[in-house]
Amino acid sequence: MSARRPVSVTLRVEPGSDLPADERAAVLEAVQACRSLQGSLLPVLHAIQDRLSWVPPRAVPLIAFELNLSRAEVHGVLSFYHYFRQTKPGRHVVYLCRAEACQASGAVALEAHAKRRLGVDFHGTSADGRYTLEPVYCLGNCACGPSLMIDKELHAGVTPARFDELVAE
Amino acid sequence: MSTTVYVPRDATAVALGAEAVALAIAAEAARRKLDVRVVRNGSRGAFWLEPLVEILTGDGRVAYGPVHASDVASLFESGFLAGQSHDLGHGAVESIPYLHKQERLTMARCGVIDPQSLADYQAHGGYAGLKAALALDGATIVQVVTDSGLRGRGGAAFPTGIKWRTVLDTQAPQKYIVCNADEGDSGTFSDRLLMEGDPLCLIEGMSIAALAVGATRGYIYLRCEYPHAHAALNAALAAARGAGFLGGDVAGSGRAFDIEVRLGAGAYICGEETSLLESLEGKRGQVRFKPPLPAIKGLFDSPTVVNNVITFASVPIVLARGAAYYRDFGTGRSRGTLPVQLAGNIKRGGLVECAFGVTLRTLLEDYGGGTRSGRPIRAVQVGGPLGSYWPESKFDTPLDYEAFTQGGGMLGHGGIVVFDDTVDMAAQARYALEFCAIESCGKCTPCRIGSTRGVEVIDRLRAGDRPAQQEALLRDLCNTLTHGSLCALGGLTPLPVLSALEHFPEDFVKPMAAMAAGS
Repeated sequence: MSARRPVSVTLRVEPGSDLPADERAAVLEAVQACRSLQGSLLPVLHAIQDRLSWVPPRAVPLIAFELNLSRAEVHGVLSFYHYFRQTKPGRHVVYLCRAEACQASGAVALEAHAKRRLGVDFHGTSADGRYTLEPVYCLGNCACGPSLMIDKELHAGVTPARFDELVAE
Repeated sequence: MSTTVYVPRDATAVALGAEAVALAIAAEAARRKLDVRVVRNGSRGAFWLEPLVEILTGDGRVAYGPVHASDVASLFESGFLAGQSHDLGHGAVESIPYLHKQERLTMARCGVIDPQSLADYQAHGGYAGLKAALALDGATIVQVVTDSGLRGRGGAAFPTGIKWRTVLDTQAPQKYIVCNADEGDSGTFSDRLLMEGDPLCLIEGMSIAALAVGATRGYIYLRCEYPHAHAALNAALAAARGAGFLGGDVAGSGRAFDIEVRLGAGAYICGEETSLLESLEGKRGQVRFKPPLPAIKGLFDSPTVVNNVITFASVPIVLARGAAYYRDFGTGRSRGTLPVQLAGNIKRGGLVECAFGVTLRTLLEDYGGGTRSGRPIRAVQVGGPLGSYWPESKFDTPLDYEAFTQGGGMLGHGGIVVFDDTVDMAAQARYALEFCAIESCGKCTPCRIGSTRGVEVIDRLRAGDRPAQQEALLRDLCNTLTHGSLCALGGLTPLPVLSALEHFPEDFVKPMAAMAAGS
């Protein structure tokens, strides 16, 4: 009788085993919270972004594995929607409205001012890591533009001076 | 005795400082040892008066606005809790001309009730429509909606009853009710206002649709740019569920129906109904070929009613007051009322619900009061980013789907964006194509490629590079977009582009050339 035990060889890398612990936990929590929903991929991506402020591309294999989707399907959805971020943002995200009603109220000048003030173009993060600037196409505040939203806080009638106050806070 | 003070929780009111006002009123009342109950209502839609604070007095509700936190002490000092006069006072809220002249059917409760209170909702006529519907069979409910003349308020204006009839007549084990709350058109906010100010009305309308066609599950596809509406909807859904108006036994009928809110993720195209369904299924929001119609094969291949927020929210009053009551408002084939949104550079911006037939000029001048900048109105864009730019000569067009189409425009979701005489219309035309390029789902070539080529052509045109040829090319390109695109995004982008070119050709001439021609 041999005392040798069978040797097991892992041929497949467990999806998500290379993720940092917080990202892995966020993905698994998000999947757990949304698994019972029909067509759950968007709710899962929202839940991940709510927790991490972005959806790391390296989490795609784990999301795909957990939802029984292909990585291509998850990447396809993640990259289709403007709101989902594949890069880590600054501490706050400034969503600046570019749409017509805000244009009519001075949004073009505000946009130029915001880019200058933060030293970034759209999708960029200020050098101090505080603000990421994103364009948005309507915040539903069209009678009182120009509008912007910082994280989930909406602001109306934003002049360049008001913008400076908001980002100084 | 406690005094009731209303401070809106509407997103625009909050953006203008309503939170600070609500806190200041509570603090000032505590300091003065006065018994004040602050109710967070929705907005009545007179945004130039927001934050609009209302006091419930023995003679009705008295309004003060726009109130800033720094005004609160002086309001208390002048006795506003008893409805006394103040510089910010407007007297009885219903007597404010902007509100008084409107014909509010769909938005009647917005700003009046506490949106989270089922009792308040029912005290103001809520759930009378569902109660009426419960006494009817599905086919009769559909007939009432058809007879009311209600058409889809999202923009396409398709008769609602006919859509419902198709779903009713399609046999399937599972049917869905989907509310399109992806209100992405710039210059529109009526969906948001209703969802924040009277969310139970939307829930009631969807419940009636479910009874009519035999659906058991509903979704509200809400854009993620509306966090305030999201919170308001979830609170209202919990209230409706708690009282048995949603769930396994809707209002004791033995019928099951429940609703879930799903968030979009910043894709304008998901306001197109088939893209929306793809997105709800967890996919890229790409447009589907039609047929099959969503009414026959919609969400998860099941028969699905897809309607806009305002369409569903107009159904309760149709059932409660009868088809004829609703149909008696309006003109031609446009029956009932339309919540119009005055936006952009406008003095008195906000929501105006009127019967169809009122002219654009009445809305812009009598309600809107001209531009906020005080300069002349040069152009208006009606119907969102895919709507035409119109000059002053078209302001006598009545609010009517067919009249707008005949005039080369589109009424759409009823948003009116006002521009003063500093606007550069060539820049607006370029923006329309740029927006199409950013938001194209990529499925069809005219929209995906044509939009980018269009931006380039306009840039060459504005630079004075062989302008006659560029203009011909632009028109040809627009023709391809109009006839070759799969959905309205590519198909209607030529409307703002060509209307700007037609009505404001001078803006498309290179400034240098214009100066040379003028000298």
